[in-house]
Amino acid sequence: MTLLRVEALTKAFGSLVAVDEVSLDVAPGELRAIIGPNGAGKTTFFNMISGFFAPTRGRILFDDRDVTALAAAARVKLGMARTFQVTEIFPELSVRENVRIAVEVATGYRFRPWISRTERHAVERRVDEIVASVGLTARIDRLVGELSHGDQRANEIGMALALKPRLLLLDEPTAGMGDQETHEATALIRRLHREEGYTIVLIEHDMRVVFHLADRIMVLDRGRVLAEGTPAEIGANEAVQAAYLGQAA
Amino acid sequence: MTPRRLTADQIILIAVWVALLTVPLWIGGVGGYIALASRVVVLGLAAMSINFLLGFTGYMSFGHAAFFGLGAYGAGFTLKLLAANTLLSLLLGTLLGGVLGALLGLLIVRRRGVYFAMVTIAFGQVFYFLAYRWNGLTGGDDGLRGFTRAPLHLGPITIDILNNAEAFYYFVLACFAVATGIMGLLLRSPFGHTLLAIRENEQRARFLGIPIERHVWASFSLSCFFMSFAGALYALLNNFADPSNLYYVMSGNIVIMAVLGGIRAFWGPLIGAAVFVVLQDYLSSITTNWMSFVGLLFVLVVLFFPRGLLGFVRARGPQHDTVAG
Repeated sequence: MTLLRVEALTKAFGSLVAVDEVSLDVAPGELRAIIGPNGAGKTTFFNMISGFFAPTRGRILFDDRDVTALAAAARVKLGMARTFQVTEIFPELSVRENVRIAVEVATGYRFRPWISRTERHAVERRVDEIVASVGLTARIDRLVGELSHGDQRANEIGMALALKPRLLLLDEPTAGMGDQETHEATALIRRLHREEGYTIVLIEHDMRVVFHLADRIMVLDRGRVLAEGTPAEIGANEAVQAAYLGQAA
Repeated sequence: MTPRRLTADQIILIAVWVALLTVPLWIGGVGGYIALASRVVVLGLAAMSINFLLGFTGYMSFGHAAFFGLGAYGAGFTLKLLAANTLLSLLLGTLLGGVLGALLGLLIVRRRGVYFAMVTIAFGQVFYFLAYRWNGLTGGDDGLRGFTRAPLHLGPITIDILNNAEAFYYFVLACFAVATGIMGLLLRSPFGHTLLAIRENEQRARFLGIPIERHVWASFSLSCFFMSFAGALYALLNNFADPSNLYYVMSGNIVIMAVLGGIRAFWGPLIGAAVFVVLQDYLSSITTNWMSFVGLLFVLVVLFFPRGLLGFVRARGPQHDTVAG
């Protein structure tokens, strides 16, 4: 059983091959991390999966359906939601309003000039649930622009959850965070994975985050797969240590 | 039910309506007159209309007076050439400006940022020159004369809104209530929420799956309809329409009203219009340079109360970007 299958994905920018024949299988319920040094092609790979740009060669299958040619918004509709590395939010709206917009759009209300009281209550309940699951209930009426970096990221994840994704793509979820925030973000992702059963693919820089979270890790280096395996296997892999771990330490 | 504490927005809503409904009781006492209050309400509606686009969708139009003026001329033409029917003149005036706004909007929403504002000025000036040059139809520079608002026939009752200034004021206020009520409901709906999302972060909104162009167009068109409704009321107020109604200076004045009062506050533009109109009325009897003083106030507000007069008054609370009411 495979939820996301990537077959020999390649992206060339002119003569530079950023991603070179990378394949990936993600099972439902799995948490997969993609790591690699700067310039390894992680973000390019990630952008192709989420539909930000088209691959030069290769195929992407989501739930056995070929989505290679689909636009980002169409993939969102199928159940692939992503978060952004640079926190993209609606800063002058509250957490409630941010998540509510995502819920309303996901429910298909986006062009509705009027909704019934029942529908409004259903939306509010869903918003409360999501905000609770990303741990922002205490700050639900605060403006997102005034929140800490970590809470803004949690809000961003909440907006992705509002789209009812079957696959959650997290782009460096702890980038730019301090130790405490990283710890909280890691705990949030672990809970979404273990308790709420989300299938997650994330790219990450912070090795500690990855080793504590992932079921399996894929290591990219210069556009190619350097190694793939459980955290223990990756930790013991000499090629990985040479390319990345040694360099990081 | 235990009494709830009112939010700042609810207090503002109540205060605004109490003040508007009791105008005849106090306006004389503060040195004003009823027709001035009617003017405030009409221009307040115009400023709130442009703010639907500016404050709640994040798009600036400097040509909205065109739709205000089209509404005014549309109402004037109806009364002068078709029938002495006030409600029909409002309907046709609103349709003239609104439909033309919606059609031009199809072209305008392809532009972003400063180009969007420039294109709105360009289209606005086209209508200004039409009104200015087409002497035979519009009366040119002299304006459109020879029509008056007709009495209202509501079943067996006839209300004289021409000679009874109070009756006309309440008629204008009823129109204002309907228009702002619709505006408020729209802004509280899922569609209204998507407009806020577009204002806040267009790229993010697009990625959520909101078709930006379609929603910006809808917002632009709606604001044109509200604007030309205000323009039609303005023609009824003056029994007159002239090219300055469509001129870009008029657009600028309406934007100034909105910013003075506060573009993030639903009622802000009404407050801004009140300050602008009252200052204009008072100062223009003293000096022809009254605009310098309005300009000075505008600069001070922008520098020291960037959220506008009402934005400054409103408590910086949780729901502060939602619509009052």
